[in-house]
Amino acid sequence: MTTRTLAVVSAGLSTPSSTRLLADRLAAATVAALRERGEDATVEVVELREHARDLADAFVTGFPNAALRAAVETVTGADAVLAVTPVFTASYSGLFKSFVDVLEEDALTGKPVLLAATAGTARHSLVLEHAMRPLFSFLRAVTVPTAVFAASEDWAGGDGGELGRRITRAAGELADVVTGRPASARPADPFADVPSFEDLLRGQA
Amino acid sequence: MQFGVFSVSDVTTDPTTGRTPSEAERIQAIVRIAEKVEEVGLDVFALGEHHNPPFFSSSPTTTLAYVAARTTRLQLSTATTLITTNDPVKIAEDYAMLQHLAGGRVDLMMGRGNTGPVYPWFGQDIRNGIPLAVENYALLRRLWDSDVVDWSGRFRTPLQGFTSTPRPLDGVAPFVWHGSIRSPQIAEQAAYYGDGFFSNHIFWPKEHTQRMVEFYRQRFEHHGHGSADQAIVGLGGQVFVRRNSQDAVAEFRPYFDEAPVYGHGPSLEEFSRETPLTVGSPQQVIERTLGFRDYVGDYQRQLFLIDHAGLPLKTVLEQLDLLGEEVVPVLRREFAALKPAHVPDAPTHASRVAARRAAEQTTPEATPEEVSA
Repeated sequence: MTTRTLAVVSAGLSTPSSTRLLADRLAAATVAALRERGEDATVEVVELREHARDLADAFVTGFPNAALRAAVETVTGADAVLAVTPVFTASYSGLFKSFVDVLEEDALTGKPVLLAATAGTARHSLVLEHAMRPLFSFLRAVTVPTAVFAASEDWAGGDGGELGRRITRAAGELADVVTGRPASARPADPFADVPSFEDLLRGQA
Repeated sequence: MQFGVFSVSDVTTDPTTGRTPSEAERIQAIVRIAEKVEEVGLDVFALGEHHNPPFFSSSPTTTLAYVAARTTRLQLSTATTLITTNDPVKIAEDYAMLQHLAGGRVDLMMGRGNTGPVYPWFGQDIRNGIPLAVENYALLRRLWDSDVVDWSGRFRTPLQGFTSTPRPLDGVAPFVWHGSIRSPQIAEQAAYYGDGFFSNHIFWPKEHTQRMVEFYRQRFEHHGHGSADQAIVGLGGQVFVRRNSQDAVAEFRPYFDEAPVYGHGPSLEEFSRETPLTVGSPQQVIERTLGFRDYVGDYQRQLFLIDHAGLPLKTVLEQLDLLGEEVVPVLRREFAALKPAHVPDAPTHASRVAARRAAEQTTPEATPEEVSA
C-alpha cells in the first residue's frame, strides 16, 4: 500500500484556532478519502505561528534559517498540501503570504493543493477564489475545484452539515488527484539540469 | 594557501557614534587597509565594484593601481568585477594595464551584480544576466588570449581585426575567479574554462556553499582540467576578533544589529549559527575557519570581510593586527599540514608563467608538425 504525505499549512494565530480546526478536519477527511482509494497517508502540520520570527528573519537575511527550512521542506516534499488561512483585511493573512514568499518560485509546480479559509462571516468567502486561487495558479500548483470556507456560523452546524459535505467533497477531489500521481515528487534539483557550457555558449549569437 | 581581505566599499554610518565618514575618508581608509593587509603578512586585497551610493568603488582599477604602487608583495583582486554591465573590451584593456603596472600581482573575480537599476544605466537588462556573463567573458578570454580578434555577438558592437592593448604581461592573462551566490551556470562557466570559483559564503548557510563548490569541482574534472580536488576554490568569511571572546561580541553587536545586509533580523548568535560569521577570540576564528575545509575540501584562497557596517578604520586596523599575528599564521600551518601534495596552490602570475614555459618546452616539435599536417 502506497503511503502519501499530506502537508498542512495553517496560518491561524490563536490557540486553539478555528483555522487549525478546519485544517484538521480537512486532513482527516483526506486521509479517509485516500484510504477508500487504497492508499495510506501521514499528516505533517506546519503551524506558521511558530515561524513568525523565522519568516521576518528570512526577509531580512535573504535565506530561511534551519527551522524554517525544515518547514519549507515538509511542504515541498509532500504529495499534497492543505493550505488554510484566516481572512485578514480582505485577503489571506500576511503571515500566510510571508510563508508563500519564501518558497522557491517552482517549489509547488504541479503540487496538488486544497485551499481553505476561515473568517467571522461568510461575506469573505470569495477570498478563496479572488486571492488564494490566483496565488497558487501563479505557483503552477494544481488546486482542486472545491475550496472550503468556514465562517463562525458554520461551526454551529445550523446549516444541516453543509460544511461537512464541502470538506468531504474537497478531500475526495484532492485524493483523486493524489492517487493518479507517482509518489512524492520532490522539487527539481537546481543542479541536476544545468546546461553544459557548450550549450550555454551555443545560446549566444 | 592565500589569505586576505575583501571590501564591498560601503560608506556606512557608525551606529555607535552616529557619524558617517565622507567618501574622501573612506577612500583614504581603504588604501590604508590595503597597505596594512601587506604589512601584517596577509596575501590578498580585493575590492568591489559598485555604481550606486552608499558604495564608493566605481573604479577599482584606479584604486588598485594606487595600492600596487604603495605595496610590493600584495596580490590585488576584485570582488567583484561586473562582467555583465562592463564592456569586455574595457575590462581586457584596464586589467592588462593594471597587470603591467602591478608587476603581475593582479587577478579578477567576475560577478554579475544584483542591483537591478545598474543594468539599464549601462544599457543592459538584468534578465539577460547569465547570457551577458557568458558572452562577455567569452569575448574577454579571446581578447586576452588572441592578438587579433574578429568577433560578433548579441550584446556588443562587432570587432574586426581588433587588438586589445597592452597585451597581457609575459603573454599570460590575469587569473580569473568566478563568483556566484546561487547560479550553478556560473560554477559551470568557471569549470569549463578551468578558472577559479569563489563562493561569497558569508550571507548563506554553509550547505549552500557546499553544494555549489561540489558542483564546480565535479564539472572542473568533467571538463578535463584535473581531478575534482585540484579545482581552484576561494571562500569568503566574516570575522570580528578580540583577544577575549566576550569583548568581541560586545563590541561588534551594535554594528551587527544595524548592518545593512542583515540588521534588524536575527540575533548575532542566530546569524553566527546559520552562516560562517564568527565573532570571538583568535582561537574561535581559527577553529571555525579550519572547519570550512570539512565541507568544501582543500581550498586555495580565504578572504575575510572586516571593514563594513560602519566599523571605524582604527578598529579595522586592529582586526588586521590580530589576524596577522594570531590567526593567519596558525591557519597557514594547519591548512598546509592537511593539504595533499597534488592539490595546487592558488595560481599567481609567476606560477602561470612557469606553467606556460614548461608546456612550451615539452611540446616544441609538435607545433610545426601539426601545422604541416
